[in-house]
Amino acid sequence: MIEVSGLIKRYGAALAVDGLTFAVPPGQVTGFLGPNGAGKSTTMRLIVGLDAPDAGSLTVNGRSYRSYRRPLFEVGALLEARSFHGGRSAYNHLLCLASANGIGRNRVAEVLDLVGLDRVARRRAGGFSLGMGQRLGIAAALLGDPGVLLLDEPVNGLDPEGVAWIRALLRSLAAEGRTVLVSSHLMSEMENTADQLIIIGRGKLIAQAGIGELLAAGSGSYVRVRSPQAGELAALLETSGATVTRQDNGTLAVTGASTDTIGELARASGLTLAELSAQQASLEDRYMELTRDTADYHSAAAPTAAGK
Amino acid sequence: MATAVTARPASAAAPPSGGAAAHAIEVLASEWNKLRTIRSTWWTLAAVAVFNVAGGAALGIVLPKMLSASQQASHRDPVQLALIGLHVSQISIGVLGVLIIGSEYSSGMIRASLAAVPQRRLLLAAKTVVLAAAAAAAGVASCYAAWFAFGLFLPAGSPMRMPLSDPGVARAVTGAGLYLAVLALAGLGLGAVLRSTAGAITALFGILFVPSIIMQLLPSSWQDTVGPYLALNAAEAVYRVPQAPHFLAPWTGLGVLCGYAAAALTAGFILIGRRDA
Repeated sequence: MIEVSGLIKRYGAALAVDGLTFAVPPGQVTGFLGPNGAGKSTTMRLIVGLDAPDAGSLTVNGRSYRSYRRPLFEVGALLEARSFHGGRSAYNHLLCLASANGIGRNRVAEVLDLVGLDRVARRRAGGFSLGMGQRLGIAAALLGDPGVLLLDEPVNGLDPEGVAWIRALLRSLAAEGRTVLVSSHLMSEMENTADQLIIIGRGKLIAQAGIGELLAAGSGSYVRVRSPQAGELAALLETSGATVTRQDNGTLAVTGASTDTIGELARASGLTLAELSAQQASLEDRYMELTRDTADYHSAAAPTAAGK
Repeated sequence: MATAVTARPASAAAPPSGGAAAHAIEVLASEWNKLRTIRSTWWTLAAVAVFNVAGGAALGIVLPKMLSASQQASHRDPVQLALIGLHVSQISIGVLGVLIIGSEYSSGMIRASLAAVPQRRLLLAAKTVVLAAAAAAAGVASCYAAWFAFGLFLPAGSPMRMPLSDPGVARAVTGAGLYLAVLALAGLGLGAVLRSTAGAITALFGILFVPSIIMQLLPSSWQDTVGPYLALNAAEAVYRVPQAPHFLAPWTGLGVLCGYAAAALTAGFILIGRRDA
């Protein structure tokens, strides 16, 4: 369990985290989403005590990170890539970290196996690809077999097989009852992995919800209705309080009434339904909608008429 | 690569139960592992040994051929000749001291280190202890080796032979080795303050060499009062055998050097606890 409350962090004049409050429950994969510069990495650095907050509180399993004598047993963190010395072998890098918390060599060998680096364990980590570096960072996070995992953009630089591996790993860690917080700036990386999402923008919480809830609340969800008596049906629905938009191809886009209600209404009035289907916006659409106003760096609108 | 994921293995389930002392030993072990698993440690220590020993051996070979017997007999301090390599080896050991922390910042390792040991001052203390031990061992051993190499090549009966039992000789050789260790610690302190290898190396050798150069431009009364306390002169006080005016007593000189290192380390200890990593 990670609990963040009223968190504020400034770097000079820039307000990186602005009153953030959220909790990350165990047993789930929680996606931590936001555009670049939203404050995700800063929040993670604050959780593991690398930076000190200007205000607010942060606890991991009820205690501040810095109060743990052997924190690798509580929290495993993959922060920005390349938190290792390129001159050390993967094995020695992990040994240096493990020995600081009284973790033995057997466990170092185990995590190297687990992340698939066992065959290159004796090679200098400086020669590792981005993906191998990420695996080394994940191995370090797993050293103490911690109940809480914190991963900042873990799929960066991984090939598709690596991405699938990370997803399976995160899901299984959560299934074992661990708290798993994974950051990303891409919704597409999260929709198949996360159970719930924390979305932030410009250091502020925008939404925290399960994936289903988030979709249902979006403005992009509506019910599509096709009927030979579309006019009558539309009038009927509007009377019942729903909002109906007539589309060019003759179908109706209805919001404010569920498929159940519409079907029942049609039957009661003896109207024929040719189609009745719930339409959901994609998570990607929903994410864009939520973060549109907070993205720090917008692309300029594409020019429409060239060469004028 | 494997896609297997395992359940919590029993081997790593529970943290060691030891208290603060046991934890401090773990952090020391970690810092020792860091020091020994990096090539630059062995390169810089090898350079210290090579410069010291080769310097002593070279003068032991060359001087008897270059100097007349009376010149040899009248040389005021043959031990300084044996330790001629210090002029270069001090640079190597200073670089080692800076690198032990500077490389953590330049590589990003510091993030992983502080995540494993959030007790930052304990981390820096462990680095200090491990570096002090390694640098003192390498410094003292290589200075004795330099003294031995110098004597090895001198002809039998050379007036430049200075047995360790002569007054001040063992002190000068030991002191030279300890000077190297203190210099390494000053490098560590500056590295912790500046968090940059290049910056800390520049600062370390700036503080070591530049004041002596400036001092030569100042009035002689200044040279006499401030001069002995400059790092390079305090160091010479430690490893010169004959006492001389305008030099501190040997152990006072080492004390002054320790003061320099302590100032840098104190600043490092204060800042590492306060700053964002």
